[in-house]
Order: sequence, then structure tokens, then C-alpha cells
Amino acid sequence: MNTQFWIIQAFNGISYGALLFLVGSGLSLIFGVMRIVNLAHGSYFLLGGYIALSVIWTTGSWALSLPVAALAVAVIGLLMERIFLRPLGFDPLRQVLLTVGFAFLFQQASLDIWGGNNMDITPPDALTNVVVIGGIYFPLYRVFMIVMAIAIGLLLWVVMEKTRMGAAVRATVDDAEMARGVGIDTNRISMFIFALGAFLAALGGVIGGAFLGVYPGLDFEMLPLAFAVVIIGGMGSLGGAAIGALAVGLADNFGKALLPELSYFTLYAPMVLILAIKPTGLFGRE
Amino acid sequence: MVSQKTKVLMVIVALAALAYIIPHSTSFVVLLATRALVFAILAMSVDILLGFTGLASLGQAAYFGVGAYFTAILAARYHIGLGWDFWLVLFLGMLVGAVLAAFFGLFAIRASGVYFLMITLALGQCVWGLAYRWNSLTGGDNGISVASRPNFGLDLTNERTFFFLVFAIFIASLLVLYVLVRSPFGRSLTGIRERELRMQILGYNTWLHKYLAFIIAGAFGGLSGVLWAHTNGLISPETVVLTTSVDALLMVVLGGAGTLVGGVIGSAIVFGLREYLSTLVPWWQYVLGGVYVLTILYLPTGLMGIPARIRQASGRSDKTGKKPATEELASKPS
Repeated sequence: MNTQFWIIQAFNGISYGALLFLVGSGLSLIFGVMRIVNLAHGSYFLLGGYIALSVIWTTGSWALSLPVAALAVAVIGLLMERIFLRPLGFDPLRQVLLTVGFAFLFQQASLDIWGGNNMDITPPDALTNVVVIGGIYFPLYRVFMIVMAIAIGLLLWVVMEKTRMGAAVRATVDDAEMARGVGIDTNRISMFIFALGAFLAALGGVIGGAFLGVYPGLDFEMLPLAFAVVIIGGMGSLGGAAIGALAVGLADNFGKALLPELSYFTLYAPMVLILAIKPTGLFGRE
Repeated sequence: MVSQKTKVLMVIVALAALAYIIPHSTSFVVLLATRALVFAILAMSVDILLGFTGLASLGQAAYFGVGAYFTAILAARYHIGLGWDFWLVLFLGMLVGAVLAAFFGLFAIRASGVYFLMITLALGQCVWGLAYRWNSLTGGDNGISVASRPNFGLDLTNERTFFFLVFAIFIASLLVLYVLVRSPFGRSLTGIRERELRMQILGYNTWLHKYLAFIIAGAFGGLSGVLWAHTNGLISPETVVLTTSVDALLMVVLGGAGTLVGGVIGSAIVFGLREYLSTLVPWWQYVLGGVYVLTILYLPTGLMGIPARIRQASGRSDKTGKKPATEELASKPS
């Protein structure tokens, strides 16, 4: 238990948090705008990984697999929202259950298409190197994950805070009825946000596929983690999702290292407390 | 409108038919029916919350899992519950489920609507995390295998005998829960589902009512867990995983929330599709997923709601028809 241990664990936690940010921010935006608890969000993550594998097998290009997989899953999310979720209107329970139905369908489809084996996405050689700083080895791939999450986080922040579209999204999160009243097309916002959420989750799936692997069941493993991020951070808030992701990433890593027998408990128990005390999350909008 | 008496009579006839047909079927069908009945108890416990109180729980696997682990640990490590003391374990398993629900309820009942859904999800994940990681107690990923079934004059290693035991416990649970939902307490739960504020104004302690319903659901979750430990023989973190909770919830919605029997039908359909259809065709999960999606889109009141829908369609409006529990969730401000 020296400084080196703490630095390595903190670094691992932060890089895992970076991955969780990609999954959690989309879920958070979807919940904020539409009040939908999307239980198919883990499936988007997994589908992203699988589609990336197919792209890599056919073209051999890892860099190409990132946008292709993310866009393909965004289209799936968009269609799901348009065709199935929208007609239900505002009915949280039925929407939740509908997303579960889809999660099962996606599960079977990916099993049929990609089989049941545990597969890995191999990143390009340039990213598999190791950086040595002060005698401590840092895998470059984890550094890449952090950089990627920061870049996407900043991009999202600029879009949300500085553009007209972003202002419309924020207005919808705060009060959808009022937003409609002033002429914001909340239907289009919902569609856009749902696609964006799916896009981010799939991107996470491709990036995470290199060190988590891609395998059946990963969808329902990521889902509760994404929820922990959203709930700790606060729903519909981008900054909250970033802090939530960091908190979950660190809690998960230190939990596993220090209290292995209680590791998941130390993750979900704070989630319960936050929900009981402040249901909108630490940084959520009231 | 079919009278309540006729409905009860129909259920009795259906159950009697089951008790006659199942034991005369192949051992595969007997096993399948046993599993479906155990999950039917779990589904009914979800229905107490969802259908009668208007609380959608995504963490019912927690009580199921606690009951199952409790039984498995006692049987595998201490050889308790393999003779007459099976009944003691059964009772204690219910108690453990109820105690856990009493603790979890302190957190969960504060929330409503979608937030209740998420807090129960988080509580369920807490239990899963312990089951998965607390190796010294739960055996971690490998789980615990229950070597043999109880034997107290009745030899439960015989699948048909075991089926009858589960069937009897199932009927007892159905009776108890039926009496419960028809009692003044059950009626006030329905009142809370319909409009909580009005019940509060009428002087009901709605928090306490919901809390008690949560504990009762936990007890029956624990009961189904005890039976599952002996049905399945192996208890692993898979038992407590999120999808078990989701399955239980879907069974209720599929059959029809607020009917008790709906969850039983849902359980039968899910197990039928999952375990029977899977031996016939490889694409069975599409059917299951498709059934879910179609039910939720077109049958919000579940399969039990079909007769009422037909009556409505044929022009005779059904004034006593129940409002689906989901509407209450929708009307809550979030």
C-alpha cells in the first residue's frame, strides 16, 4: 500500500470512469429529456462492440469501426424511439418494459449473428504501448480513453451550452410542457437525444471492447453501472454525469482492490442512499 | 361482467385440471411446471406491489435470492432443512425475505414512480454484488449446490412428489394473497394505487400501507426463493441478477397486473416459451421478446384484460373494469 498503489488504482479508476462517462452521459440525457428509464442502453453498448468487430473483420480498420458502429447503433436507437416508444406517450412503466423487450431481442440477435464466444477488439499497435512516468507504467490505451472522454465531454458541453439546439434540450429537461409552449419541437429533441445516447453508448462499447471484451451478458453488466453513474451524478446533467462516472469508476476500482468481498456493495449502496435522500441525484436539476 | 364467484370457480377448475394433467405428463413437463409455479409465487409478490399498490419494483430478485441463498447455505453447510425442519427453513426463509424488505423499504418507500423503479434496482444490485463477491459466504461465482432435496416421509427427490409440494405451497400462497387483497387492507392499497393523495386526506397512513405491502411482497419473494433452491439445486449470482427481477415484472404485465392470477399465467408462458420452445427452435427468444413488445404496445392490461377489451369492442362498455396500474404511474408528477 504505497504511493504507487494509490496512483495506479486512481489512474485505473479514472480511465474506467472515462468509459462509464460515455455510457452514462447518454442515459442521463435520455432520462432528463424524456423521463424514460432505458433498459436497452447496455444493449447499445454491446451492439457497438459487435458491429465494430464486424467492421474490423471486413475492412481491418479500427479507426473506421468507431464512427461506423456508433452511427449504426444511433440509427437503431432513433428507429426504436420513433416507431415504438413515441406512440406510447408519457407512460414510464410501459416504456421501461418496452426497452426490456428490445434488450432481449438485441441479445438474441447478437447471439445469432456473432455467436456466444468472448471476443476482443484489438486496438492499433500505436495505442498498445506503455508510457513510463516516474517508474510507474501507464498503458497508453487507458490514457487514450481518458483523452477521448474529455474530448467528447467538452464537445457535448459546447453543444449543450452554446448552441440553439443545446438550449432547446436544456429547456426540455427543465420543463417539457413549457418548452413546447414556446415553440420548441420536443419530439425532435427527444429523437435527437435518443439517437445521441445510443451513439455515445455504442462508442463506449467499441472503446471498452479492447479491455472488457465483447461477450453475451455484457449488456446487463454495464446497465446497472450506467445507472449508478446517472443516479449519483444527477439526471439530465452533463457535469453530473462526468462526476458520477468518475465516482463510480474510482469506487469500483478501489472497492475491488481494498474490499474485494464488498466491492459491488460499496458501489450500489451509495446509489440507494442518494436516491432515498435526493432522488434527482447530487447535481440534478430540481 | 363475469361475477367474482364464477372467476374463482374458473381458477379452481383450472388448478384442478393442472393437478391432474401435469403428473401424468413427461418428467420434463413436471420439472417445467414446478419451475413455473415457483416463479408464479414470485410474480404474485410483484403483483402485490405493481398491480395492487401501484409500485413497480425492479428488485424483487433480492428477496428471491436471499431466500434461495439462505436455504442453500443451511442445507449445504449445516445439513439443516433436509428433513422435517424443511418447514422451519421455509418459514425462516419467508422471515428473512420480510426482514430484508423491512430494511430496504425504509429507503424505497420514500420514492415513487420511476424513482421507486430505480431505487429497487439499486437495492437489488446491492444484494447481487454481495452474492457475487462475498466468496466466503456465498461461494462467489460458483455458487452453492444443494446436494439433496428434503426427505421427511415424503421423498422430495421424486420429481412428481416435489411438484405436488410446490403446487400445495403455491395454492396456499394464492389463497393467502387473495384473502389479503380482498381485505380492507388490500382495498386501501388499491385506493393508494388509484389516488394516494385522496387516501392521505381520508386519514390513511399511506406510507405504512405501502411499507407493509413491501414487506409482504418480500416475504413471498423469500418463500419462492426457498423453493427455488430445492428446484434448481444450484444457487449462483445468476439467481439474483437484474434479469430475474425484470422477468418477474414482465410476467405480471404479460398476464395482467392487479389480478394475481395474471402473474401465474405470465410465468407459465415465459417458462413455456423459454424452456419448451428453446428445445424446438433456436429463435425462441425472438418470440419471447416479440410477445413482450406486442403485449406492452397493444395489451396494456395484459392477457387477463382481453375479455374486458372484447366486451368493450363489442359495444357493451365495462364500467367496473379496472384501470391499469400503469396509468397511476403515468399520472404521478416526476
